[in-house]
Amino acid sequence: MIAEQKIEKTIINIAPQMNDGNHGLHYEENLLWEKERCDHSGVDLPKPDGTALRTGQSARGSIGLPQVSEPQVVRHFVRLSTWNYSIDHGFFPLGSCTMKHNPRLNEKMARLPGFAHVHPLQPESTVQGALRVMYELQNWLAELTRLPGVCLTPAAGAHGELAGMMTIRRAHEAKGQGHRKIVLVPDSAHGTNPATAVICGYTTKTIKTSETGRLTIDAFKEALGNGDDIAGMMVTNPNTCGLFESDIHEIARLLHEAGGYFYCDGANFNALVGKIRPGDFGVDVMHINLHKTFSTPHGGGGPGSGPICVTEELAPYMPVPVVVKNEDTFHLAYEDERPETLGRLRGFVGQFGMHVRALAYMMSHGADGLKQVSEDAVLNANYLLSQLKDVYHVPYKGTCMHECLLTDKIQKEKGVSTLDIAKALCEHGYHPMTTYFPLVLPGTMLIEPTETESKDAIDRFVIVMRSIAEDVAKGDTEKFHHYPVSTPRKRMNEVQAARHPKLRWKENS
Amino acid sequence: MRYLPQTKQSRKHMLAAVGVENIDALYKDIPADAFIKGLADLPLHQGELEVERTLSAYANQNHAAPQGSFFLGGGLYYHHIPATVDHIIQRSEFLTAYTPYQPEIAQGTLTAIFEFQTFIAQLTGQDVANASMYDGATATAEAALMALRINKTRHKICIGNALHPDYRAVLKSYMGNHEDTEVFDGLPDADTACVILQSPDFYGQPHGYESWRKICDETGALLVVVINEIISLGLLPAPESADIVCGEAQSIGIPMGFGGPHCGFFACRETYLRQMPGRLIGETVDEDGRRSFVLTLNTREQHIRREKATSNICTNQGLMALAFTIHMALLGEDGFKQLARLNHETACRLADALEKIPGVTLLNEHFFNEFTIKLSKNAKDVVKAMAERGIIAGYALDDNQLLLAATEMTTEKDIATLITALQEILL
Amino acid sequence: MVDILKYTPEHEWIKIENDNIAVIGITQYAQDALGDLVYVELPETGRKLSKGDEFAVVESVKTAAEVYTPVSGEITAINDNLSNDPELIKKSLAEGWIVKIKMDNPDEIADLMDQDAYTKFCEEQDH
Repeated sequence: MIAEQKIEKTIINIAPQMNDGNHGLHYEENLLWEKERCDHSGVDLPKPDGTALRTGQSARGSIGLPQVSEPQVVRHFVRLSTWNYSIDHGFFPLGSCTMKHNPRLNEKMARLPGFAHVHPLQPESTVQGALRVMYELQNWLAELTRLPGVCLTPAAGAHGELAGMMTIRRAHEAKGQGHRKIVLVPDSAHGTNPATAVICGYTTKTIKTSETGRLTIDAFKEALGNGDDIAGMMVTNPNTCGLFESDIHEIARLLHEAGGYFYCDGANFNALVGKIRPGDFGVDVMHINLHKTFSTPHGGGGPGSGPICVTEELAPYMPVPVVVKNEDTFHLAYEDERPETLGRLRGFVGQFGMHVRALAYMMSHGADGLKQVSEDAVLNANYLLSQLKDVYHVPYKGTCMHECLLTDKIQKEKGVSTLDIAKALCEHGYHPMTTYFPLVLPGTMLIEPTETESKDAIDRFVIVMRSIAEDVAKGDTEKFHHYPVSTPRKRMNEVQAARHPKLRWKENS
Repeated sequence: MRYLPQTKQSRKHMLAAVGVENIDALYKDIPADAFIKGLADLPLHQGELEVERTLSAYANQNHAAPQGSFFLGGGLYYHHIPATVDHIIQRSEFLTAYTPYQPEIAQGTLTAIFEFQTFIAQLTGQDVANASMYDGATATAEAALMALRINKTRHKICIGNALHPDYRAVLKSYMGNHEDTEVFDGLPDADTACVILQSPDFYGQPHGYESWRKICDETGALLVVVINEIISLGLLPAPESADIVCGEAQSIGIPMGFGGPHCGFFACRETYLRQMPGRLIGETVDEDGRRSFVLTLNTREQHIRREKATSNICTNQGLMALAFTIHMALLGEDGFKQLARLNHETACRLADALEKIPGVTLLNEHFFNEFTIKLSKNAKDVVKAMAERGIIAGYALDDNQLLLAATEMTTEKDIATLITALQEILL
Repeated sequence: MVDILKYTPEHEWIKIENDNIAVIGITQYAQDALGDLVYVELPETGRKLSKGDEFAVVESVKTAAEVYTPVSGEITAINDNLSNDPELIKKSLAEGWIVKIKMDNPDEIADLMDQDAYTKFCEEQDH
């Protein structure tokens, strides 16, 4: 009788949703808070003595955190991980994001105890090796951009933009040109550019991209006007259409003549690295995305790292700290040694772990390898374009840089949009390209293969892209509106998510 | 060239398919004088062995915390990280994924970050939290910007107590872009958008929130609470009455790493949700009605709003937020609180030992795992002398004050080593 | 008295009530461009606006559109129902209005388009 009761109780205790939907290698997984509560922590810690508190406050009561054992935690996150696509899975042609191979050597180096477990406030004599990494990275970036002032502290690309634009602002103020408040931004720019300009207290003025996908001297002159109130210009080069701004030298000259500075968004540096130096085409300030060009992993959305490189003229104004070398020792220079600086933009010295990874990557490639990186990235994009240009609309004719731009113009006539093409790629085991960006044309698809893809990998992607185009051409379009169907989840109800935001787990909700 | 798969043959074939003679034909739009002649003035490529040899030598020049006797904190703490954390964040699917813009193939990251948001909301006693920020300092500056958006007609930011000096400096740099905005210390007035209160403050002193809440209510300023030792929330009461709680989550799952990458966090009341900076993950359903997670409320963000975005930030610290989430999952309610108590008890033992030394005065009335002492000698000199003995003694404040932290990593032996050395140095 | 209904190039409609009260909403054209609405950010009553000021934001999943006033004046009422149900905007003029503004200068509406001019304007936009 007692035994029977026990069994009955055990069955009742199994939550019905626990194994719902598992099949093959696909496992459903509930949230940590929905798991049966373990009576002990997944970490064995020494037992506290229970001495009297010296916090001046009473101890906190129940927080409502979940509690599970170590094996459950491992399984939970391993299962979740299997629902992600990653560059290690396959081709990841996300334009402007430079999803390239992430060497594991860089991970190993960043985890050396001498890098992972040091504190930036330690006496400098005890962290010379860490400062040396930063100093050498500054030198590599200065040489590759031909911009001698380098500050590594910005935490990501957008943060680098902010650092760069604030450097420009500071320089204008120092020169008595603080009335300059307008920043010129092409309509093809990343959304961060105008957002950054506004956060710097600037207003933006748009430069229109021509029908060739590039800036023209005339359009620039029109936006510039007499230039009296122009603080600078923010341009991505190569631009977001995957094209090099061929008139950039003349545009930079005119801008400088008018007293403005040229900010270059470094998102597309992968097309130039080791081959062309932005300082040689008139750039005054540029941020570098270490997580793009120099292959620090994207980590599902950060951490990134966005050092800035500036001309000698602007170097005194950039943020602190920067690493300097005094004879044989390395030293962090702060406000007291750099009185013209705009100040600090992040706590401590920046995303140092990313600096180690980027330096390991640069050392591995060397001057010769980095040049090959740029050439292979450009070749791969052009090869891909050559294999797709007869079945997809190519808005700007000719060759491209490290990424190519297509649109859905041909497929749209049959009711299949860029969104549908992207979701079809998910169905066929690919991460889609960047979609609906740049905004200069409707239905854009920006494809960046990067140099770490083989010809074979590109050919296989081409087969899928061509088969999509063929199906659409044949009128076999219905399935496209339902893709993907083989992924862990199908298309999302994004309207519901935005109308009734539910941003955390809550009991009984 | 181990990271490049193309071969001489494949390059030749591809150039032919493109219809150009050589690679430079693809760079024809670029002004000739912008090309590097030959190669950049940098070393040539190196094998894995050579790179590892060089960088290991650099790493060995540093005094790493595991070498023992480490008492430095100041907004960044040396804690234990379970092996599971680093194992999982190195899985390809998490490490080499992009921002989850395609939710059908990114549910892993999205679900984990939803759990992160839940952890942060629970720990801070707030309604909602975002997907993380660059670091505690930038999160604080973003909180001030948000307060200015909410209190549109106000122009001042009040620093209520001893805010971390880096946070203060970053806040001032950000506010410097708004000419009519002023950052000041003291008490709020009718033109103050928010009061920023750090607890425990930079000197290690925990603060209550009640009196500040009252002052804020009287003047209409928002109360922003900054936490940079997140483990303190396992022992100290949650800042439930704050409007915004932000800071640094590095102490859980993330190494000090000479300053980064870390994990800023940001939580607030639901009322202010749409003014929040940064990314948000929300729950929804897919076409089959199954629970799913997506990036949501994107219209606040830069890629849509451009000039009108709430912030120019477009990344979070995804992988660091994941590390935090894994470590929190391992700790659980009991483990987290136990960890907090261990930190406090170790700090109590350190304080007891220090107070017995002639020439040392404890300046804190209360503390969590960090406190300030006054020495009979110049603190910078003491720190230097300690470093020569292989002890990282803490952070030298002005003149004779020293800030020390103790965590679960601090052993009785570490404390004894510190005490012996300090007695000698102060003699 | 016959209500006057006018339109702006930014796709707002303006209905004039009692000579000097302007009721403002967004047109079908704008609604179609936005798609499913998820949120409307409303102003507070009593706020003074100059012609051309932004006073509300209408959000869909993918985009957000600012709403501008074509007339100067003071906001006398807001449509609170939109906070709970943003899709009401699409229902009718009576249910989907956003604000009511007491106009400082009723002459300002003279520059705005009437129904025919607006229909033509929208057709041109599509080409």
